[in-house]
Amino acid sequence: MLIDWQAFRLTLELAAVVSASLLAGGLPLAYWLAFSRWRWKFLVEATVALPIVLPPTVLGFYLLLALGSHSPLGRWWQALTGHTLAFTLPGLVIGSILYSLPFAVQPFAAAFSSVDRKLISTSAILGASPCRTFTRVIVPLSKPGLVTGVVLAFAHTMGEFGVVLMVGGNIPGVTRTASIAIYDQVQAFDYRAANAMALLLLVLSFIAMALVYGLNPRGLNRRRLNHGEWNQVSRNRAATPTAPVE
Amino acid sequence: MSLTPMPHPTPANPVEAGLTASLHKSFVSAGRDFVLDLNFCAAPGFTILFGASGAGKTTLLDCVAGLLTPDSGRIAVNGRVLFDSKDHLNVPVAKRGVGYVIQELALFPHLTVQQNAEYGLAHLSRAERSQRVAAMLQEFRIGHLRGHFPGSVSGGERQRVALVRTLVTDPSVLLLDEPLAALDAPTKSRILDDLRRWNQAHRVPILYVTHSREEVLALGDDVLVLDHGRMIAQGTPHQVLRAPVQETVAQLAGFENVFDAIVESVHEDRGTMICRLGFCRAEASGVVIETPLVRAEIGSRLRVGIRAGDILLAIAAPVGLSARNVIAGKLLSLERRDMMMAARVDCGVEMKVHLTLAARDALQLEAGREVWLVIKTHSCHLMQR
Repeated sequence: MLIDWQAFRLTLELAAVVSASLLAGGLPLAYWLAFSRWRWKFLVEATVALPIVLPPTVLGFYLLLALGSHSPLGRWWQALTGHTLAFTLPGLVIGSILYSLPFAVQPFAAAFSSVDRKLISTSAILGASPCRTFTRVIVPLSKPGLVTGVVLAFAHTMGEFGVVLMVGGNIPGVTRTASIAIYDQVQAFDYRAANAMALLLLVLSFIAMALVYGLNPRGLNRRRLNHGEWNQVSRNRAATPTAPVE
Repeated sequence: MSLTPMPHPTPANPVEAGLTASLHKSFVSAGRDFVLDLNFCAAPGFTILFGASGAGKTTLLDCVAGLLTPDSGRIAVNGRVLFDSKDHLNVPVAKRGVGYVIQELALFPHLTVQQNAEYGLAHLSRAERSQRVAAMLQEFRIGHLRGHFPGSVSGGERQRVALVRTLVTDPSVLLLDEPLAALDAPTKSRILDDLRRWNQAHRVPILYVTHSREEVLALGDDVLVLDHGRMIAQGTPHQVLRAPVQETVAQLAGFENVFDAIVESVHEDRGTMICRLGFCRAEASGVVIETPLVRAEIGSRLRVGIRAGDILLAIAAPVGLSARNVIAGKLLSLERRDMMMAARVDCGVEMKVHLTLAARDALQLEAGREVWLVIKTHSCHLMQR
């Protein structure tokens, strides 16, 4: 068997769970980041962005401590399930969510804050609650940004290595993901298998990126639109790909 | 007039018809401070907010809508208090029942015309909603655009959609911020007709911001003139536009004759005041002129501007004139400037008068001659000192 389908399936599952969780949890966080006027907001923004610059091993190391049996979280989980979070799939999910957080939340927040404020205040003047404004105006107009965030989170989770290795280890069927499998295969001089898996990840990553940029065709031309075209602007302005640079 | 005593509203809850607002809001920013300080009443019907950009018109509307919170003051519509700094009352935007069409219209680009128009009616059943909207779209002659998106309809149609979306919610006060600024004249007047018709049926206070004199004349029951956050005049369009009641320094700069003046008497019934010119000198001059009415107390000091070209000059005491100001004086000098004559006349104050060359020849004017100056009341422009 050339491709480690078990690792590949596990990777897809992990990425799907992580991006779904980030969609659920990232929307309120991004909403808060986009609209809050709290003076210390920048500290939260910096924290959310931290995984972009943090070495995965550092994040993985602290996660390992936090998930282990010496931490309150680890002990609580152990009391609940009978085993530690470290080196399990749930532990891997937690680590991946944190590691991919900026890749989802930043495009969400960018999309939200580029929704014309006048549309938001008009919605309120027409009697809509903040919740209705969010679902009827902000989310529909942020759709490309939301898709971008989910796709980036999915792709980034598929490709992660350091955090997985630190938190999950390399347990086949439990925590061995595609990128770990490639590493293993290279260690074992099985270049053909490594190549097959690497090529698969390459193609998937390219498709993800093409999707992101295909959704934001005019992202880079936005500034050229003048005031009179506000209508088109607000339709097109939804998030430029704000993919954080790694 | 009947002597039957009027039923008094209970003092605890006086019912105020229309919009009453007194508010103070200051913006402090580097380089430019702006203070909005207003106190006014707007009866049901159109009240035009007129003034240069930066005068505070949009800020005022934002305060009424609740998008901005005044530092202090009170805003009430038909007796319902929307904001009162004393009681710490500030009704949220969504609960104010205010209709506000902003300059950019802010139509939701992802919703169809129909969905846009229904947006403010979420509390109604689907059937009721679409019935009300259909009727209103028909009334504003855009029923055929129901399924279109805002991006694919014309500017005038977009304005109508924005108006319908707001009017269909039955607002208790309507705020319109230059809603027709971008339209050509025929489209504009058709929309104004529709709006006027709607208002005849609903009679709500409408604050209407505009720069256009035509719109002021077409719509106005009442005009508020704002300048630098303060109300400098209120009156009918005719009063306010024909004699811009209180001018700013810049506007008065082009006047050849500018005098300090003191208000001697106020005749509100006639819409005029009597002012004595030149109080700054040791003794006030004997020159008294009738001017348009502005908000000024007797004894208050103003500045009066009169264009040299607006003054008539006669060589005999004129009789049977409609003009209220006839002042005797002596011609001091006469100078030719290009194709006109500039005369200086001493009539207690020195007045500059522009004449045509033909007038000079016909009247055989020369220095030292006794003359009479004729100035119409509405040629006297007033500003605060």
